[in-house]
Amino acid sequence: MTKTRKTRAWPRLLFALATLFALATAGAQVELRITWYDDGNEGQVLRDLLDRFEAENPDIRVVLDTVPYATGILQSLPLQLASGEGPDIARVTDLGGLSQYFLDLRPHLSDAAYWEANFGPFLDWMRPAGSDAIPGFMTQLTVTGPFVNATLFEQAGVDVPTGDTTWEEWADVTRQVAEATGTAYAMVMDRTGHRLAGPAISYGARVFDEDGNVVIDDEGMRAMMQLMVDWHADGTMNPDVWIGSQGAYAAGNESFVNGQVVLYMSGSWQVGQFDQLIGDAFDWRVVPNPCGPAACTGMPGGAALVGIADTEHPAEVARVMEYLASEEVLAEFYARTLFIPGHLGLAERGVDYVSDSPSAVDALNVFASQVGRLDQVAYDLQAYRYNRFVFDAMRDRLTQVFVGELTLDEALQRMQQDIDAGIAEAQ
Amino acid sequence: MEPSAASRGLGTLLGRAAEAVYAFVMGLLGLVVEPLQRLLGVRRMPWVFLLPNLSIFGLFVLFPVFLNLYVSLTGGTQLFPQDRPFVGLANYERLFDCGSYADPNSCVEDRFWRAVRNTTTFVVFQVGGMVLVSLVTAVVLNRRIRFRSFFRSVYFYPVLLSPVVVALIWKWILQRDGALNALLIGVGLEPVNFLLDGRWAMTWVIVVSVWAHMGFYTLILLAGLQSIPAELYDAAAIDGADGWRTFRSVTLPLLMPTMMVVLVLALIRAVQTFDEVYVLTGGGPGTATMMIVQYIYQTGFATQVQRFGLAAAASVLLGLVLLVATLVQLRVGRRTEGHLA
Repeated sequence: MTKTRKTRAWPRLLFALATLFALATAGAQVELRITWYDDGNEGQVLRDLLDRFEAENPDIRVVLDTVPYATGILQSLPLQLASGEGPDIARVTDLGGLSQYFLDLRPHLSDAAYWEANFGPFLDWMRPAGSDAIPGFMTQLTVTGPFVNATLFEQAGVDVPTGDTTWEEWADVTRQVAEATGTAYAMVMDRTGHRLAGPAISYGARVFDEDGNVVIDDEGMRAMMQLMVDWHADGTMNPDVWIGSQGAYAAGNESFVNGQVVLYMSGSWQVGQFDQLIGDAFDWRVVPNPCGPAACTGMPGGAALVGIADTEHPAEVARVMEYLASEEVLAEFYARTLFIPGHLGLAERGVDYVSDSPSAVDALNVFASQVGRLDQVAYDLQAYRYNRFVFDAMRDRLTQVFVGELTLDEALQRMQQDIDAGIAEAQ
Repeated sequence: MEPSAASRGLGTLLGRAAEAVYAFVMGLLGLVVEPLQRLLGVRRMPWVFLLPNLSIFGLFVLFPVFLNLYVSLTGGTQLFPQDRPFVGLANYERLFDCGSYADPNSCVEDRFWRAVRNTTTFVVFQVGGMVLVSLVTAVVLNRRIRFRSFFRSVYFYPVLLSPVVVALIWKWILQRDGALNALLIGVGLEPVNFLLDGRWAMTWVIVVSVWAHMGFYTLILLAGLQSIPAELYDAAAIDGADGWRTFRSVTLPLLMPTMMVVLVLALIRAVQTFDEVYVLTGGGPGTATMMIVQYIYQTGFATQVQRFGLAAAASVLLGLVLLVATLVQLRVGRRTEGHLA
């Protein structure tokens, strides 16, 4: 070989080696995708935690795809999972309905007993019937309940009701406050049957018969739905949410944050968001769930982070999940997001919430105190595999009553038909 | 100013480079096409050139149509056709299961019939309004008015906007604390919740749709107006015909073929309307503005139980309506060509 050829050969050899090395290392790094939605700052917090995980585990790269809740999680994700084109991990709220798509992490976990001990009761919500799978963990437990704008009460010179107050009493007092302060509406409720279910159960709705079948039409359900119809008709309830947002879930948080409503029926997941968005614009607080003849209950719920069965990297998914579900990491997650812990150990020991706002800490304490008042029917409905049929039917048909397309009798009939048809199709 | 020697030289160089590239590419093509032509013969070569486009059409248009037809004959919640049980016409029977077709409340699938009724209302008023407004606008723009070119452009701008953008703009105008209510309050009137009242919502959905699309049809009618020989208007003027008589006796008859094309195109588009209405009202309040395409989308994709079979059946029925409209358009189009010939 001539000297010129020798000189040209070395750079080519080096280039080839470098290329091979790059391909080898690229091939060794596994990329996992998490489909996520945000109520507040939890996406940011999760990204911080994942960055630390990646630093300690350079063979795994985790991409966080944040999507809108209504269209991304409720509509698109089920289709992606059904087609086998879903992510590796997802944050979901329809635990029973999507349980067939969840990965059983148990074979890949180093300490399955830790999961059973700390997430045990909630694992049943995300398991197919009869299974002992460990699909994931709760990113938060939630409890529904009302927020009130305390500043408006103060400006109106009206005391915030205490003790066991009924929904009618709350409607009266918030109307008074709204009138005195020129606030647009007295109350607003998120557009979902889940939010309405708690008050309905308080008014005596049983939802299930003795055989566990859904029977939507009873005195309690009628009573609460009639109140909703009356409140939308007389302007007590902000109509923009239930009437103006047809076909989808819609939250009333914007009107509360903007001071356009006195009472907002939502849930504990809003605390972190309100802490950031409201700041010191006005004083807000959580009040106990109003009462009816049967109970003073909200609805339990929550979101879970679960592995997806179609993932190509189940072992790596389990490593990420074990890290995120570890007590230390979860404690930080709950503390920074102001979520109620879905980890029994942390729930017992308490979480050091990171917030300068006394409103946020008080709110979480009130929600935590509501857990003991949740009615068994509420738990049963939350655990019911087809609860979303019930909630969607309540939402869509009740809206038709608000706009005069159906009477309440017709709507309750249609709800039952929709629920029965949905369950029949699903089975 | 004469080009410099340097720029002429550069131009020649670029020209030669382009010729060389062209020759190279044609040469590469020839390597494939020439042997093929020797094999198939010249008369069959057009099929070779049509094959890629036909394949794409077959794969992305024809195949989904037939697949959709099959899915409409199946039930269950499985996504893949091979996993879905065959149920025959059960989905169609469910859609047509009514006490009275005039009363959606008497139907098992009441929302389907509400969507059909809403779509019919929308088509009748939107298409009628569209043709009328487009005709008037085209007639005005055909005259020698000041800033005619500017106005011709302005009326076309909304056509260029995305339907989502159009709907969002109008939502901000029409919502409870929107611009229109601010104007009403400013002149001492009570605000109106336009999007929360069923009749107002349908009215505004029609108005917004006409506003967004009239530019396109105005352009077609304008072209039709400009094809009418000017001598006919001169003759009418000599005979003493006034403006209205001229319009009725000269303009309208000669414009009728073009108007029929506009009518059918507008009808086809109106039946398929979805995005503007969905963003503006979400199909609400209640189901007051839910159109048939939204019903199909919600039934198939937006509920916990995705009823693909039922949604497919509804879309087949919609497809039949559109097929009839398309056949009418083809017939009208042939008549127009004959008329012009």
